Amino acid sequence: MFTGASQFALVGVVGAGGSVWAGALAAALLGSRNALYGIRLSSLLNVRGWRRFATSQFVIDETTAMAIARDETSLSRYAFWATGIALFLFWNTGTLIGALATHALSNPKVLGLDAAPPAAFLALLAPRLRAREPLAIAFAAAVVAIAVLPFVPAGVPLLIVAVLVTLFGVLRK
Amino acid sequence: MWAGVLVASLSCYALKLAGLSLPQRWLQDPRLQRTVPLIPVALLASLVATQTFSTGRHLVLDVRAAALVVAVVAVVLRAPFLVVVAVAAATAALLRALQL
Repeated sequence: MFTGASQFALVGVVGAGGSVWAGALAAALLGSRNALYGIRLSSLLNVRGWRRFATSQFVIDETTAMAIARDETSLSRYAFWATGIALFLFWNTGTLIGALATHALSNPKVLGLDAAPPAAFLALLAPRLRAREPLAIAFAAAVVAIAVLPFVPAGVPLLIVAVLVTLFGVLRK
Repeated sequence: MWAGVLVASLSCYALKLAGLSLPQRWLQDPRLQRTVPLIPVALLASLVATQTFSTGRHLVLDVRAAALVVAVVAVVLRAPFLVVVAVAAATAALLRALQL
């Protein structure tokens, strides 16, 4: 899995005691935006045949942003691949270190590490809140998630929010 | 556990592949264009809220709330990602060390 928000979401749901399937669904829903990035990128990168299978894995927020910010197609492609390969190497090295190093931490709470995931999600969310509507949706989603949390299994509040926001997006004029 | 991780990974990959493979006409459907960007906003906001104000299925108010306030300030000041995460963790650690 190479799309950070989805990875964090899966870990977050499982860490909160939720089922891995609820986490997997939340991760997939968060990954849905990467499909829309293909609209901009497919004409820019012009990948066909088997190369599409290799290119796909690198379609994420960062590579899309770097690629579409360039004026020339050749620079766009360079930005896409440079960003993608650098992030892929460093991100997965970081994940590996994290996976191996957890045993060294006796009590993550002493280091405040339980406060780190919400801050990380907030930092991922912030750039998407530059208009009034997404801001309102973010607050509404937070309120709904908290309101249903005591009554449903861990991870399910996320799925309820996902269903509601999808209905809102599809039904509104 | 690993089956779930594998399915999630494959789903995320399939969505990216779909973006580069499906006819552009489908992906440019206005309803899809409107709705898909809202999903990460709603889910990330839910994750912020639930991971700050709950332990298991109980709503709680503890040092994580203070850490979130500090993280909000850091985000408003446009601090880089790692700084936002670090100041939030440091706030929680400090308040716990002071036994607040």
